[in-house]
Amino acid sequence: MLDLHGYGPSIFMGAIITIEVAFLSLAVALALGMLAAVARLSKNRIANFIAVAYTTIIRGVPDLVLMLLIFFGAQIGVNAVSDWVYDNFDIEYYININEFVAGVTTIGFIFGAYMAETFRGAFLAVDNGQIEAGKAYGMSAIQVFRRITVPQMMRHAIPGIGNNWLVLVKTTALVSVIGLADMVRLAKEAAGAVHEPFLFFIPVAFVYLALTSVSEIFLKRLEIRFSAGTVR
Amino acid sequence: MYETIENLLANNDIFTLTTVLGYWDGLVMTVQLVFLSLILGLILAVPLAILRASDNVLVSRSVWLFTYVFRGTPLLIQLYIIYYGVTYIEGIQESMFWPIVREAFYPCLLAFVLNTAAYTTEIFRGAIVATPRGEIEAAKAYGMSDAKAMTRIILPSALRRALPAYSNEVIFMLHASSIASIVTIIDLTGAARDVYAKYYAPFEAFTFAALIYLCVTFLLVFGFKQWEKRWHRHLRPLS
Repeated sequence: MLDLHGYGPSIFMGAIITIEVAFLSLAVALALGMLAAVARLSKNRIANFIAVAYTTIIRGVPDLVLMLLIFFGAQIGVNAVSDWVYDNFDIEYYININEFVAGVTTIGFIFGAYMAETFRGAFLAVDNGQIEAGKAYGMSAIQVFRRITVPQMMRHAIPGIGNNWLVLVKTTALVSVIGLADMVRLAKEAAGAVHEPFLFFIPVAFVYLALTSVSEIFLKRLEIRFSAGTVR
Repeated sequence: MYETIENLLANNDIFTLTTVLGYWDGLVMTVQLVFLSLILGLILAVPLAILRASDNVLVSRSVWLFTYVFRGTPLLIQLYIIYYGVTYIEGIQESMFWPIVREAFYPCLLAFVLNTAAYTTEIFRGAIVATPRGEIEAAKAYGMSDAKAMTRIILPSALRRALPAYSNEVIFMLHASSIASIVTIIDLTGAARDVYAKYYAPFEAFTFAALIYLCVTFLLVFGFKQWEKRWHRHLRPLS
C-alpha cells in the first residue's frame, strides 16, 4: 500500500479543509453573484455601475493577485483601524486575519463575479411573457422573482454554475499560498521533509480529480432535474 | 491637477524608478511565459484534437485521459509535481538537461504548456466534431483524401469557430501564469511580491500589478474582438 511516512492523517485533514473552503466559498459566491446579477439588471444607475465595476475588475485580475491583495491588505487595514482606536480611545486590541476566513471570503468574492455573469445570462433567458403573466396575476415584484423568474432561470444557470464550481475547486489550491494548512500545503511540507515529491503530490492530484469527477456526475443529475418539463 | 500629480510622484517612496522597472521586467517575464506556453500548447493541441475526434476509440480515449487529468487537477499541483519532481529523476543532475531544468523557468513552462494544451485540445475537438456533415461529404465527393479534407475543409472552419472559446483560454492562461511567482519566478506577480516585501505596502504593490493585468486583459479582449470580426465576417447577419 501507499506509504506516506506518517503524513497520511494530516493530509487527510487537509483534504477536509480543502472541501470546507470550497463549499463555504461556493455559498459566498452564489449569494454575491445573485446580488450582483440583480443589481446589474436593475434600473438603479448606481447599483448597476457598482455591479459592472465588480464583475469587470474581478474577472480581469488573476485570482492569486487578488488573494494576496486582500489577505495582506486586509491585515494592514485592520491594523490601521486598531491603531486609530488605540490613539483615540486608548483601547488596546489586536485582530489577526484568519487564513481560513481570508481564503473563503477571497475565493467567494472572486467567484461571485463569475456567478453574477452566469446568473445575468440566465435571467435574460427567461421569457418575458412569463414575467408579464405573473404580473397579470397580480403578483408583487418579489413574488414574480421568487415564483416565476428564479425557478426558470435555474435551468439556464446550472451548467454555468457547474463550470464555475469546477474552476473554484481547483482554485482552492491557491489558499495554501496564504498559509492555510490545506492538503496542498501539507503535501508540500511532507514532500520537502521526506524528499519525495511524487509520493505526496500525486495522491493529492487524485483527490482533486475525484472531487471534480464526483461533481461532474452530480451536476449532470442536477441538470436533468432542473430541465424537467422541457423537451430537448 | 498637474501639481497634485507632481506632488504625488515626489512624495511617494514606493514607486521609484527602480520599482517601476522591476514591474516592467516582471511584465516582460509574464508575457514571455504566456506567449511561449500558448504557442507550444497550440502546436500540441491541433494534432491532439484531431486524434481526440477520431473514430478509433483507443486513440480517442487515450487523448481524453490526458485532457481529463490535466483539466481535473489544479495547475498549482501540476507545477509542483513537475518543478519539484524533475530534480528527483534519477541521474538528471549529471545529464546535459540539468542546466535547463535547474532554473524554474523551464519546468514552469512545461507545466503551463501541458495544461493549456489539454484545455485547447478539448476546445478544438468540440469545433471539429461540430463541422457540418455536408462539408465533409462535399470534400469526399471532390475526391479529397481524409488528410486533405482535414487540412483544407475541416480545420480551417473548425479553428475559426473555436476562436471565441480560445480567446477565453488565452485570458485564463494570462491569469494562471501568476502562479509562476510561487516557484521563485519574478513575473509581474513576483515583482509585486518583491515590492510588498521591501516596503510592506500590500495595497500599493498588488493594486499596481492588478491594474497592469487588467490593462493586458482588456487589450487581449479588444484584440480578439477585432480578430473575430475579421474571421467571422461570413457569419455576420446581413443588415
